[in-house]
Amino acid sequence: MSSTGMVDERIKKTSRLRTAFIRPELGAIVGVVAVFLFFAIFAGDSGMFNPQGVLNWSTVSAQFVIIAVGACMLMIAGEFDLSVGSMIGFAGMSIAIMSVTMAWPVWLAILLTFAICMSIGALTGTIVVRTGLPSFIVSLAFLFILRGFTIFFPQVIERRTIIGGISERAEGDWLAPLFGGKVGEGFFRWLAEMDIIATYSRGARAGEPMVSGIPMLIVWALVLVIVAHIVLTRTRFGNWIFASGGDAQAARYVGVPVNRVKIQMFMFTAFCATVFATCQVIEFGSAGADRGLLKEFEAIIAVVIGGALLTGGFGSVIGAALGAIIFGVVQQGLFFAGVESSLFRVFLGVILLFAVILNTYIRRIITGER
Amino acid sequence: MSDTVHAPIVEMKDIEKHFGPVIALNGVSFDVRPGECHCLLGDNGAGKSTFIKTMSGVHKPTRGTILFEGKEMRFDSPRDAMIAGIATVYQDLAMIPLMSVTRNFWMGREPVRRVGPFRFMDFRKANDVTMEEMRKMGINLRSPDQAVGTLSGGERQTVAIARAVYFGAKVLILDEPTSALGVRQTANVLSTIDKVRKGGIAVVFITHNVRHALAVGDRFTVLNRGKTLGTAKRGQITPEELQDLMAGGQEMVALESSLGGTV
Repeated sequence: MSSTGMVDERIKKTSRLRTAFIRPELGAIVGVVAVFLFFAIFAGDSGMFNPQGVLNWSTVSAQFVIIAVGACMLMIAGEFDLSVGSMIGFAGMSIAIMSVTMAWPVWLAILLTFAICMSIGALTGTIVVRTGLPSFIVSLAFLFILRGFTIFFPQVIERRTIIGGISERAEGDWLAPLFGGKVGEGFFRWLAEMDIIATYSRGARAGEPMVSGIPMLIVWALVLVIVAHIVLTRTRFGNWIFASGGDAQAARYVGVPVNRVKIQMFMFTAFCATVFATCQVIEFGSAGADRGLLKEFEAIIAVVIGGALLTGGFGSVIGAALGAIIFGVVQQGLFFAGVESSLFRVFLGVILLFAVILNTYIRRIITGER
Repeated sequence: MSDTVHAPIVEMKDIEKHFGPVIALNGVSFDVRPGECHCLLGDNGAGKSTFIKTMSGVHKPTRGTILFEGKEMRFDSPRDAMIAGIATVYQDLAMIPLMSVTRNFWMGREPVRRVGPFRFMDFRKANDVTMEEMRKMGINLRSPDQAVGTLSGGERQTVAIARAVYFGAKVLILDEPTSALGVRQTANVLSTIDKVRKGGIAVVFITHNVRHALAVGDRFTVLNRGKTLGTAKRGQITPEELQDLMAGGQEMVALESSLGGTV
């Protein structure tokens, strides 16, 4: 059957423009175009768009994307997690303590950290669904609890708050390259040989291409976006995520396991935070107790710019990823354009305000409220 | 009971339900047959909600028996009742305004299509069935992606009813489906009830509006202060009599005369 047949004459024809307008990603797409145009004009000759420049802001954007994907799925399921930033610090410190202080293999440290962090996510989720308290409060508690432990453990064990030496421990490890490695190194060497990209002219790495490969961080970001988008829009579980956030009671009436869905989304958010932390720790070779500060808010802002509603039940992973790219490009672009970087925060605040106002308007269109 | 077509599909005998010291239902008997619309009337606080919830498996009766297709049954949860074929469309509808009609229609029972090791939601089937079922109920959707929020109250009721019917409801309990609707929309919902009944489904129509009940009802049972005051067949009772029964008799008569019969 197709949708032919009688058409109700009372239904107004909606224009394509209006249909496009209620897509959650629209605002973010416009934002991405605007941001690129802006920096093409004001920082076009600064190196922002040569291979190293692109790699620079792509990497920063990918960091935002990874946590935004988790925050987006959770927000669509109707919950928040304010402990993402603390979770990043906690996960990094956990890997550092296990692999350096306790001298366990790096792969074991990584796997155990994932298990611990996802369990904490499950605990947060369980408390939220069992008590019915707002996730805002419960995860705020975990923001402090996790940050506290992230400072406490290295202080007590090592008498400092930064633990280094992970790079040496990670050498030869089978799992670490999945987070800290690069892909396409042969391809970039070939590009350098073809003189398409620049090479170092002196120093220890003379002759090597300036861009030696694509960091796994970017690969993780792409994979997470694609998988999350497909799960959300194309599967039964995705429908349950929308339903859980849209109206938990209505979803329960028809047998959607709302509590399970929400807890799993808290675990997914924790997973994303841990991916972020692991990539960071393996790349930097150290873990610091202040890592991930304010990341939860940046993730939430990216998600809101991406068109998700703070009240849940509506949003898009693609939108959230675009929101994250706007962040990465602006943060690094201001640096390339030689603008004082503190303006980045002003930009965050302003764009958040615009996004929320736009979303409220879109919501009215969709639900027909006036 | 010789004619099986007209044997009751659900029969409730002397149902009592106590909540602590409160007696919400005090000996209620009710039955509904396939293909009929049995209206349950009652004023606010008469026990209608408790009664629906007992029938749909949310509450367990304190005393009394419930027969479903002739066998005594005890539902442990609303889900059990749903699986057996008793569907309830609550007043608040259980629809999610931000989600599309298709996503709402299939919520909790999404059709799945296998692609290799992965299982995807089968949107083609979901959309086609949704459009078709809605058309059967007389609603032409602009598109199956249309958000439920854009539908009118009556159309939302119809989506909820169509959903219950499509998923094999044998008994459809409608909790005040017309109470918040305008005249035109009420007429649409009543005609939907009529279509469903003609399809052989037993409809329990809960309302406190006598006119709505008389428009589609085959039988009428009035609930007052937790008790049933008897069941009347269509044509055996006047609107005035029903109204009186609902209000508990005497006071209403007095009130009605002073208001000139407008209640």
